[in-house]
Amino acid sequence: MNDLAEALSALARRRLGGEGVTGLTRLSAGATQEIWRLSLVKDGAETPLILRRAPGGTRVSETAVGLETEAALMAAGGAAGVPVPAVRWVLTPEDGLGHGFLMDFVEGETLGGRIARGEALAAARPGLARQCGEILARIHTLDPAAFPGLRRATPAELVDQYETTYRAADWPRPVFELALRWLRAHCPPPPAHPRLVHGDFRNGNLMIGPEGVRAVLDWEIAHVADPMEDLGWICVNSWRFGVADKPVGGFGQREDLWAGYEAAGGAPVDRDRALFWEVFGSLRWGVMCASMTASFRGPDPSVERAVIARRTSETEVDLMRLLAA
Amino acid sequence: MQDQPTPSEVLAAVARFLKDVVAAETTGHTSFNARVAANALEMMRRQLDLAPAAETAEQARLESLLGAPAAQPAAPARGARRRAATGDLTALNAELSRRLAAGELDLETRGLADHLWQTTLAKLAVDQPTYWGYRAALAERAPTKD
Repeated sequence: MNDLAEALSALARRRLGGEGVTGLTRLSAGATQEIWRLSLVKDGAETPLILRRAPGGTRVSETAVGLETEAALMAAGGAAGVPVPAVRWVLTPEDGLGHGFLMDFVEGETLGGRIARGEALAAARPGLARQCGEILARIHTLDPAAFPGLRRATPAELVDQYETTYRAADWPRPVFELALRWLRAHCPPPPAHPRLVHGDFRNGNLMIGPEGVRAVLDWEIAHVADPMEDLGWICVNSWRFGVADKPVGGFGQREDLWAGYEAAGGAPVDRDRALFWEVFGSLRWGVMCASMTASFRGPDPSVERAVIARRTSETEVDLMRLLAA
Repeated sequence: MQDQPTPSEVLAAVARFLKDVVAAETTGHTSFNARVAANALEMMRRQLDLAPAAETAEQARLESLLGAPAAQPAAPARGARRRAATGDLTALNAELSRRLAAGELDLETRGLADHLWQTTLAKLAVDQPTYWGYRAALAERAPTKD
Protein backbone atom coordinates (compact mmCIF):
# COMPACT_ATOMS: atom_id res chain seq x y z
CA MET A 1 0.00 0.00 0.00
CA ASN A 2 2.94 2.34 0.68
CA ASP A 3 4.30 1.59 -2.78
CA LEU A 4 0.90 2.45 -4.23
CA ALA A 5 0.69 5.68 -2.23
CA GLU A 6 4.15 6.71 -3.39
CA ALA A 7 3.42 5.93 -7.03
CA LEU A 8 0.18 7.91 -6.78
CA SER A 9 1.93 10.85 -5.15
CA ALA A 10 4.47 10.85 -7.97
CA LEU A 11 1.60 10.76 -10.46
CA ALA A 12 -0.13 13.64 -8.65
CA ARG A 13 3.02 15.78 -8.98
CA ARG A 14 3.71 14.79 -12.57
CA ARG A 15 0.21 14.80 -14.06
CA LEU A 16 -2.22 16.64 -11.80
CA GLY A 17 -0.18 19.61 -10.65
CA GLY A 18 -0.52 18.57 -7.04
CA GLU A 19 1.86 18.04 -4.14
CA GLY A 20 0.87 14.41 -3.48
CA VAL A 21 -1.93 12.20 -2.25
CA THR A 22 -3.14 11.29 1.21
CA GLY A 23 -5.69 9.06 2.94
CA LEU A 24 -5.38 6.10 0.57
CA THR A 25 -8.04 3.52 1.55
CA ARG A 26 -9.26 0.40 -0.21
CA LEU A 27 -13.06 0.40 -0.53
CA SER A 28 -15.00 -2.81 -0.05
CA ALA A 29 -17.41 -2.25 -2.92
CA GLY A 30 -16.55 -3.59 -6.36
CA ALA A 31 -16.10 -7.33 -6.63
CA THR A 32 -14.10 -7.44 -9.84
CA GLN A 33 -11.71 -4.51 -9.64
CA GLU A 34 -9.66 -2.69 -7.06
CA ILE A 35 -11.33 0.50 -5.96
CA TRP A 36 -9.43 2.97 -3.80
CA ARG A 37 -10.33 6.26 -2.26
CA LEU A 38 -7.66 8.93 -1.84
CA SER A 39 -7.29 12.68 -1.64
CA LEU A 40 -5.29 14.80 -4.04
CA VAL A 41 -3.33 17.47 -2.18
CA LYS A 42 -3.03 20.58 -4.30
CA ASP A 43 -2.24 24.11 -3.15
CA GLY A 44 -2.81 22.93 0.40
CA ALA A 45 -6.41 21.79 -0.30
CA GLU A 46 -7.58 18.18 -0.47
CA THR A 47 -9.83 16.86 -3.26
CA PRO A 48 -11.28 13.36 -2.83
CA LEU A 49 -10.70 11.03 -5.77
CA ILE A 50 -11.41 7.42 -6.69
CA LEU A 51 -8.89 5.08 -8.32
CA ARG A 52 -10.22 2.10 -10.27
CA ARG A 53 -7.52 -0.25 -11.39
CA ALA A 54 -6.52 -3.79 -12.31
CA PRO A 55 -3.03 -3.98 -10.83
CA GLY A 56 -1.79 -6.85 -12.94
CA GLY A 57 -3.12 -5.19 -16.04
CA THR A 58 -5.16 -8.26 -16.80
CA ARG A 59 -8.75 -8.05 -17.92
CA VAL A 60 -11.09 -8.77 -15.07
CA SER A 61 -13.33 -10.97 -17.19
CA GLU A 62 -13.83 -11.91 -20.78
CA THR A 63 -16.76 -9.53 -21.10
CA ALA A 64 -15.19 -6.48 -19.47
CA VAL A 65 -14.34 -3.67 -21.86
CA GLY A 66 -11.05 -2.72 -20.20
CA LEU A 67 -10.46 0.22 -17.92
CA GLU A 68 -9.25 2.60 -20.63
CA THR A 69 -12.47 2.05 -22.59
CA GLU A 70 -14.49 2.38 -19.41
CA ALA A 71 -12.95 5.81 -18.81
CA ALA A 72 -13.67 6.84 -22.41
CA LEU A 73 -17.29 5.66 -22.10
CA MET A 74 -17.79 7.69 -18.94
CA ALA A 75 -16.36 10.78 -20.60
CA ALA A 76 -18.64 10.30 -23.62
CA GLY A 77 -21.62 9.72 -21.31
CA GLY A 78 -20.83 12.93 -19.47
CA ALA A 79 -20.75 14.84 -22.76
CA ALA A 80 -24.19 13.40 -23.63
CA GLY A 81 -25.71 14.60 -20.37
CA VAL A 82 -25.37 11.40 -18.35
CA PRO A 83 -24.37 12.12 -14.74
CA VAL A 84 -20.88 10.62 -14.30
CA PRO A 85 -17.84 11.37 -12.16
CA ALA A 86 -15.26 13.40 -14.12
CA VAL A 87 -12.29 11.28 -15.19
CA ARG A 88 -9.08 13.00 -13.97
CA TRP A 89 -6.41 10.74 -15.41
CA VAL A 90 -6.19 7.47 -17.34
CA LEU A 91 -3.15 5.45 -16.23
CA THR A 92 -0.34 5.00 -18.73
CA PRO A 93 2.44 2.37 -18.65
CA GLU A 94 4.94 4.93 -17.37
CA ASP A 95 2.75 5.57 -14.32
CA GLY A 96 3.70 2.07 -13.20
CA LEU A 97 0.28 1.37 -11.66
CA GLY A 98 -1.21 -1.10 -14.11
CA HIS A 99 -4.43 -0.31 -15.95
CA GLY A 100 -6.99 2.06 -14.52
CA PHE A 101 -8.04 5.64 -14.05
CA LEU A 102 -8.58 8.35 -11.48
CA MET A 103 -11.97 10.01 -11.24
CA ASP A 104 -13.76 12.46 -8.97
CA PHE A 105 -15.30 11.06 -5.82
CA VAL A 106 -19.07 11.57 -5.88
CA GLU A 107 -20.78 11.58 -2.52
CA GLY A 108 -23.99 9.56 -2.29
CA GLU A 109 -25.63 6.21 -1.71
CA THR A 110 -25.13 3.08 -3.81
CA LEU A 111 -26.45 0.43 -1.41
CA GLY A 112 -29.65 -0.88 -2.95
CA GLY A 113 -31.42 -1.54 0.34
CA ARG A 114 -30.94 2.03 1.51
CA ILE A 115 -31.99 3.43 -1.87
CA ALA A 116 -35.14 1.29 -1.91
CA ARG A 117 -36.11 1.69 1.74
CA GLY A 118 -33.95 4.29 3.52
CA GLU A 119 -35.56 7.33 5.12
CA ALA A 120 -32.80 9.64 3.86
CA LEU A 121 -33.77 9.07 0.21
CA ALA A 122 -37.57 9.00 0.63
CA ALA A 123 -37.89 12.33 -1.18
CA ALA A 124 -35.76 11.15 -4.12
CA ARG A 125 -37.59 7.86 -4.76
CA PRO A 126 -40.76 9.10 -6.52
CA GLY A 127 -38.74 10.70 -9.33
CA LEU A 128 -35.99 8.12 -9.71
CA ALA A 129 -37.60 5.70 -12.16
CA ARG A 130 -38.41 8.47 -14.63
CA GLN A 131 -34.94 9.94 -14.23
CA CYS A 132 -33.40 6.51 -14.88
CA GLY A 133 -35.43 6.30 -18.10
CA GLU A 134 -34.18 9.73 -19.18
CA ILE A 135 -30.58 8.80 -18.43
CA LEU A 136 -30.86 5.52 -20.35
CA ALA A 137 -32.21 7.39 -23.36
CA ARG A 138 -29.08 9.59 -23.28
CA ILE A 139 -26.76 6.60 -22.89
CA HIS A 140 -28.43 5.05 -25.92
CA THR A 141 -27.51 8.10 -28.04
CA LEU A 142 -23.78 7.35 -27.66
CA ASP A 143 -22.22 6.48 -30.99
CA PRO A 144 -21.17 2.81 -31.15
CA ALA A 145 -18.77 3.68 -33.99
CA ALA A 146 -16.69 5.69 -31.49
CA PHE A 147 -16.04 2.45 -29.58
CA PRO A 148 -15.10 -0.12 -32.20
CA GLY A 149 -13.78 -2.53 -29.56
CA LEU A 150 -17.17 -3.00 -27.92
CA ARG A 151 -18.82 -6.36 -28.33
CA ARG A 152 -21.94 -6.54 -30.48
CA ALA A 153 -24.49 -9.14 -29.48
CA THR A 154 -27.94 -10.14 -30.66
CA PRO A 155 -30.51 -11.32 -28.09
CA ALA A 156 -29.92 -14.94 -29.19
CA GLU A 157 -26.16 -14.55 -28.78
CA LEU A 158 -26.60 -13.21 -25.27
CA VAL A 159 -28.76 -16.21 -24.35
CA ASP A 160 -26.04 -18.42 -25.85
CA GLN A 161 -23.39 -16.68 -23.81
CA TYR A 162 -25.07 -17.28 -20.46
CA GLU A 163 -26.08 -20.80 -21.42
CA THR A 164 -22.43 -21.57 -22.20
CA THR A 165 -21.30 -20.18 -18.86
CA TYR A 166 -24.01 -22.18 -17.07
CA ARG A 167 -23.07 -25.41 -18.85
CA ALA A 168 -19.37 -24.88 -18.15
CA ALA A 169 -20.11 -25.17 -14.43
CA ASP A 170 -21.41 -28.71 -15.07
CA TRP A 171 -23.95 -28.55 -12.26
CA PRO A 172 -27.57 -29.38 -13.18
CA ARG A 173 -30.18 -26.70 -12.58
CA PRO A 174 -33.59 -27.74 -13.90
CA VAL A 175 -35.03 -24.26 -13.28
CA PHE A 176 -32.34 -22.70 -15.49
CA GLU A 177 -33.18 -25.27 -18.18
CA LEU A 178 -36.81 -24.18 -18.00
CA ALA A 179 -35.77 -20.54 -18.27
CA LEU A 180 -33.47 -21.22 -21.22
CA ARG A 181 -36.30 -22.98 -23.06
CA TRP A 182 -38.59 -20.01 -22.38
CA LEU A 183 -35.95 -17.52 -23.51
CA ARG A 184 -35.40 -19.45 -26.76
CA ALA A 185 -39.14 -19.54 -27.41
CA HIS A 186 -39.56 -15.82 -26.72
CA CYS A 187 -36.25 -14.51 -28.06
CA PRO A 188 -36.76 -11.30 -30.06
CA PRO A 189 -35.05 -10.91 -33.44
CA PRO A 190 -31.90 -8.78 -33.64
CA PRO A 191 -32.85 -5.14 -33.01
CA ALA A 192 -33.37 -2.93 -36.04
CA HIS A 193 -31.27 -0.24 -34.35
CA PRO A 194 -28.65 -1.69 -31.99
CA ARG A 195 -27.52 0.84 -29.39
CA LEU A 196 -24.59 1.29 -27.10
CA VAL A 197 -26.02 -0.12 -23.85
CA HIS A 198 -24.57 0.30 -20.39
CA GLY A 199 -25.06 -3.39 -19.61
CA ASP A 200 -25.19 -3.10 -15.81
CA PHE A 201 -27.54 -0.17 -15.18
CA ARG A 202 -29.19 -1.04 -11.89
CA ASN A 203 -29.66 -0.24 -8.25
CA GLY A 204 -26.13 -0.71 -6.86
CA ASN A 205 -24.31 0.94 -9.76
CA LEU A 206 -26.14 4.25 -9.39
CA MET A 207 -24.91 6.91 -6.99
CA ILE A 208 -28.03 8.48 -5.49
CA GLY A 209 -28.51 11.68 -3.51
CA PRO A 210 -31.65 13.27 -2.08
CA GLU A 211 -32.14 15.13 -5.38
CA GLY A 212 -31.79 12.02 -7.57
CA VAL A 213 -29.15 10.18 -9.62
CA ARG A 214 -25.73 11.78 -9.14
CA ALA A 215 -23.61 9.34 -11.11
CA VAL A 216 -23.85 6.23 -13.29
CA LEU A 217 -20.96 3.91 -12.38
CA ASP A 218 -19.47 0.60 -13.57
CA TRP A 219 -19.44 0.87 -17.35
CA GLU A 220 -17.25 -2.21 -17.64
CA ILE A 221 -19.68 -4.45 -19.50
CA ALA A 222 -21.03 -1.93 -21.99
CA HIS A 223 -21.79 -3.43 -25.40
CA VAL A 224 -23.82 -2.79 -28.54
CA ALA A 225 -27.20 -4.51 -28.46
CA ASP A 226 -30.97 -4.20 -28.04
CA PRO A 227 -31.56 -1.04 -25.99
CA MET A 228 -34.46 -2.78 -24.22
CA GLU A 229 -31.84 -4.88 -22.43
CA ASP A 230 -30.95 -1.94 -20.17
CA LEU A 231 -34.65 -1.24 -19.48
CA GLY A 232 -35.28 -4.85 -18.45
CA TRP A 233 -32.16 -5.31 -16.32
CA ILE A 234 -33.04 -2.55 -13.86
CA CYS A 235 -36.43 -4.25 -13.28
CA VAL A 236 -34.96 -7.63 -12.29
CA ASN A 237 -36.22 -8.96 -8.97
CA SER A 238 -32.71 -9.07 -7.50
CA TRP A 239 -32.47 -5.27 -7.26
CA ARG A 240 -35.80 -4.68 -5.47
CA PHE A 241 -34.54 -5.30 -1.97
CA GLY A 242 -37.87 -6.44 -0.66
CA VAL A 243 -39.97 -3.66 -2.16
CA ALA A 244 -42.11 -5.95 -4.27
CA ASP A 245 -44.51 -3.33 -5.63
CA LYS A 246 -41.72 -1.12 -7.05
CA PRO A 247 -40.23 -3.20 -9.85
CA VAL A 248 -37.71 -0.57 -10.93
CA GLY A 249 -34.89 -1.03 -8.42
CA GLY A 250 -37.31 -1.16 -5.50
CA PHE A 251 -38.04 2.55 -6.00
CA GLY A 252 -40.34 3.01 -8.98
CA GLN A 253 -42.78 1.78 -11.60
CA ARG A 254 -41.99 0.45 -15.05
CA GLU A 255 -44.45 2.94 -16.58
CA ASP A 256 -42.45 5.87 -15.14
CA LEU A 257 -39.17 4.38 -16.38
CA TRP A 258 -40.62 3.91 -19.86
CA ALA A 259 -42.26 7.36 -19.92
CA GLY A 260 -38.96 9.00 -18.99
CA TYR A 261 -37.15 6.99 -21.63
CA GLU A 262 -39.59 7.90 -24.39
CA ALA A 263 -39.84 11.56 -23.34
CA ALA A 264 -36.05 11.93 -23.49
CA GLY A 265 -35.90 10.63 -27.05
CA GLY A 266 -35.63 6.87 -26.52
CA ALA A 267 -37.39 4.57 -28.97
CA PRO A 268 -40.95 3.53 -28.03
CA VAL A 269 -40.73 0.79 -25.41
CA ASP A 270 -41.80 -2.66 -26.55
CA ARG A 271 -43.49 -4.21 -23.47
CA ASP A 272 -42.92 -7.81 -24.57
CA ARG A 273 -39.25 -7.15 -25.18
CA ALA A 274 -38.89 -5.50 -21.80
CA LEU A 275 -40.38 -8.63 -20.15
CA PHE A 276 -38.03 -10.86 -22.14
CA TRP A 277 -35.08 -8.88 -20.81
CA GLU A 278 -36.42 -9.09 -17.26
CA VAL A 279 -36.53 -12.89 -17.44
CA PHE A 280 -33.16 -12.90 -19.16
CA GLY A 281 -31.84 -10.67 -16.38
CA SER A 282 -32.88 -13.09 -13.64
CA LEU A 283 -31.16 -15.93 -15.49
CA ARG A 284 -28.11 -13.75 -16.13
CA TRP A 285 -27.73 -12.82 -12.46
CA GLY A 286 -28.28 -16.45 -11.54
CA VAL A 287 -25.55 -17.65 -13.90
CA MET A 288 -23.23 -14.97 -12.54
CA CYS A 289 -23.90 -16.09 -8.96
CA ALA A 290 -23.46 -19.76 -9.92
CA SER A 291 -20.12 -19.04 -11.56
CA MET A 292 -18.85 -17.78 -8.19
CA THR A 293 -18.37 -21.39 -7.16
CA ALA A 294 -15.54 -21.70 -9.69
CA SER A 295 -14.03 -18.43 -8.45
CA PHE A 296 -14.31 -19.68 -4.89
CA ARG A 297 -12.62 -22.98 -5.73
CA GLY A 298 -10.00 -21.11 -7.78
CA PRO A 299 -8.58 -17.60 -7.48
CA ASP A 300 -10.79 -16.21 -4.69
CA PRO A 301 -11.48 -18.74 -1.93
CA SER A 302 -13.18 -16.13 0.29
CA VAL A 303 -16.25 -16.70 2.42
CA GLU A 304 -17.94 -13.82 0.66
CA ARG A 305 -17.50 -15.54 -2.71
CA ALA A 306 -18.98 -18.78 -1.33
CA VAL A 307 -21.99 -16.95 0.03
CA ILE A 308 -22.64 -15.13 -3.25
CA ALA A 309 -22.57 -18.51 -5.04
CA ARG A 310 -25.32 -19.63 -2.69
CA ARG A 311 -27.50 -16.73 -3.81
CA THR A 312 -28.11 -18.52 -7.11
CA SER A 313 -31.27 -20.06 -5.66
CA GLU A 314 -32.74 -16.57 -5.21
CA THR A 315 -32.87 -16.28 -8.98
CA GLU A 316 -34.34 -19.77 -9.25
CA VAL A 317 -37.31 -18.75 -7.11
CA ASP A 318 -37.58 -15.49 -9.09
CA LEU A 319 -37.64 -17.46 -12.36
CA MET A 320 -40.24 -19.85 -10.97
CA ARG A 321 -42.44 -16.89 -10.03
CA LEU A 322 -42.01 -15.43 -13.52
CA LEU A 323 -42.55 -18.62 -15.48
CA ALA A 324 -44.51 -21.10 -13.35
CA ALA A 325 -46.65 -18.98 -11.02
CA MET B 1 -22.20 -42.57 17.63
CA GLN B 2 -20.58 -39.17 17.86
CA ASP B 3 -20.98 -37.24 21.02
CA GLN B 4 -22.97 -34.12 21.69
CA PRO B 5 -23.46 -31.15 21.33
CA THR B 6 -24.39 -31.61 17.68
CA PRO B 7 -22.64 -29.96 14.71
CA SER B 8 -25.73 -27.83 14.25
CA GLU B 9 -25.52 -26.55 17.81
CA VAL B 10 -21.80 -25.82 17.63
CA LEU B 11 -22.14 -24.03 14.29
CA ALA B 12 -24.88 -21.86 15.77
CA ALA B 13 -22.61 -20.97 18.72
CA VAL B 14 -19.68 -20.06 16.46
CA ALA B 15 -21.98 -17.95 14.29
CA ARG B 16 -23.22 -16.10 17.39
CA PHE B 17 -19.64 -15.49 18.47
CA LEU B 18 -18.69 -14.10 15.07
CA LYS B 19 -21.70 -11.82 14.93
CA ASP B 20 -22.04 -10.70 18.54
CA VAL B 21 -18.37 -10.46 19.46
CA VAL B 22 -16.05 -10.30 16.45
CA ALA B 23 -18.24 -8.22 14.15
CA ALA B 24 -19.31 -5.96 17.02
CA GLU B 25 -15.81 -5.31 18.31
CA THR B 26 -14.06 -4.76 14.97
CA THR B 27 -14.56 -2.32 12.10
CA GLY B 28 -14.39 -2.14 8.32
CA HIS B 29 -13.44 -5.23 6.34
CA THR B 30 -12.94 -7.43 9.39
CA SER B 31 -16.32 -6.61 10.86
CA PHE B 32 -18.04 -7.04 7.50
CA ASN B 33 -16.34 -10.37 6.82
CA ALA B 34 -17.12 -11.65 10.32
CA ARG B 35 -20.79 -11.00 9.62
CA VAL B 36 -20.54 -12.76 6.25
CA ALA B 37 -18.80 -15.71 7.93
CA ALA B 38 -21.53 -15.91 10.56
CA ASN B 39 -24.17 -15.97 7.83
CA ALA B 40 -22.27 -18.73 6.02
CA LEU B 41 -22.16 -20.86 9.16
CA GLU B 42 -25.87 -20.31 9.75
CA MET B 43 -26.51 -21.45 6.18
CA MET B 44 -24.49 -24.63 6.71
CA ARG B 45 -26.35 -25.26 9.95
CA ARG B 46 -29.68 -25.02 8.13
CA GLN B 47 -28.37 -27.41 5.49
CA LEU B 48 -27.42 -29.96 8.14
CA ASP B 49 -30.84 -29.62 9.73
CA LEU B 50 -33.09 -29.43 6.67
CA ALA B 51 -31.40 -31.00 3.66
CA PRO B 52 -31.63 -34.71 4.56
CA ALA B 53 -35.42 -34.81 4.64
CA ALA B 54 -35.77 -32.41 1.71
CA GLU B 55 -33.38 -34.43 -0.46
CA THR B 56 -35.07 -37.72 0.35
CA ALA B 57 -38.37 -36.23 -0.82
CA GLU B 58 -36.68 -34.69 -3.86
CA GLN B 59 -35.20 -38.05 -4.84
CA ALA B 60 -38.59 -39.76 -4.58
CA ARG B 61 -40.22 -37.11 -6.75
CA LEU B 62 -37.43 -37.32 -9.33
CA GLU B 63 -37.64 -41.10 -9.51
CA SER B 64 -41.37 -40.83 -10.02
CA LEU B 65 -41.05 -38.09 -12.67
CA LEU B 66 -38.22 -39.69 -14.60
CA GLY B 67 -39.29 -43.27 -14.23
CA ALA B 68 -42.80 -42.76 -15.56
CA PRO B 69 -43.01 -44.76 -18.80
CA ALA B 70 -44.89 -42.00 -20.63
CA ALA B 71 -41.98 -39.64 -20.15
CA GLN B 72 -39.34 -42.16 -21.25
CA PRO B 73 -37.69 -41.96 -24.64
CA ALA B 74 -37.67 -45.33 -26.45
CA ALA B 75 -34.01 -46.46 -26.61
CA PRO B 76 -31.26 -46.69 -25.38
CA ALA B 77 -33.24 -46.37 -22.29
CA ARG B 78 -32.92 -49.60 -20.39
CA GLY B 79 -29.51 -49.22 -18.81
CA ALA B 80 -29.79 -45.44 -18.74
CA ARG B 81 -33.23 -45.61 -17.18
CA ARG B 82 -32.12 -47.93 -14.47
CA ARG B 83 -29.19 -45.70 -13.64
CA ALA B 84 -31.26 -42.55 -13.75
CA ALA B 85 -34.05 -44.01 -11.67
CA THR B 86 -31.76 -45.29 -8.97
CA GLY B 87 -28.85 -42.88 -9.32
CA ASP B 88 -27.80 -40.24 -6.89
CA LEU B 89 -29.44 -36.86 -6.75
CA THR B 90 -26.91 -35.19 -9.05
CA ALA B 91 -27.47 -37.79 -11.76
CA LEU B 92 -31.23 -37.52 -11.41
CA ASN B 93 -31.08 -33.74 -11.67
CA ALA B 94 -28.76 -34.02 -14.66
CA GLU B 95 -31.29 -36.33 -16.33
CA LEU B 96 -34.18 -33.98 -15.55
CA SER B 97 -32.13 -31.08 -16.92
CA ARG B 98 -31.36 -33.01 -20.08
CA ARG B 99 -35.02 -33.81 -20.68
CA LEU B 100 -36.10 -30.22 -20.03
CA ALA B 101 -33.44 -28.97 -22.45
CA ALA B 102 -34.59 -31.46 -25.06
CA GLY B 103 -38.23 -30.45 -24.60
CA GLU B 104 -39.20 -33.98 -23.55
CA LEU B 105 -40.60 -32.56 -20.32
CA ASP B 106 -42.10 -29.14 -19.71
CA LEU B 107 -44.44 -27.29 -17.36
CA GLU B 108 -47.38 -29.20 -18.82
CA THR B 109 -45.88 -32.47 -17.57
CA ARG B 110 -47.87 -33.74 -14.62
CA GLY B 111 -46.02 -33.14 -11.37
CA LEU B 112 -43.17 -31.20 -12.92
CA ALA B 113 -44.11 -27.68 -11.82
CA ASP B 114 -44.90 -28.96 -8.35
CA HIS B 115 -41.55 -30.75 -8.18
CA LEU B 116 -39.60 -27.67 -9.27
CA TRP B 117 -41.49 -25.50 -6.78
CA GLN B 118 -40.87 -27.84 -3.87
CA THR B 119 -37.20 -28.29 -4.76
CA THR B 120 -36.65 -24.56 -5.20
CA LEU B 121 -38.39 -23.65 -1.95
CA ALA B 122 -36.32 -26.28 -0.11
CA LYS B 123 -33.13 -24.71 -1.47
CA LEU B 124 -34.21 -21.24 -0.37
CA ALA B 125 -35.07 -22.50 3.10
CA VAL B 126 -31.38 -23.32 3.44
CA ASP B 127 -29.72 -20.60 1.34
CA GLN B 128 -31.71 -17.43 1.97
CA PRO B 129 -34.85 -17.89 4.08
CA THR B 130 -35.22 -14.11 4.42
CA TYR B 131 -35.09 -13.41 0.67
CA TRP B 132 -38.23 -11.45 -0.12
CA GLY B 133 -38.91 -13.37 -3.33
CA TYR B 134 -38.96 -16.57 -1.28
CA ARG B 135 -41.32 -15.08 1.31
CA ALA B 136 -43.52 -13.85 -1.54
CA ALA B 137 -43.54 -17.28 -3.17
CA LEU B 138 -44.51 -18.92 0.13
CA ALA B 139 -47.37 -16.45 0.55
CA GLU B 140 -48.54 -16.85 -3.04
CA ARG B 141 -48.53 -20.63 -2.84
CA ALA B 142 -50.01 -21.01 0.62
CA PRO B 143 -53.74 -21.09 -0.28
CA THR B 144 -53.38 -23.54 -3.19
CA LYS B 145 -50.94 -26.04 -1.72
CA ASP B 146 -51.12 -29.26 -3.68
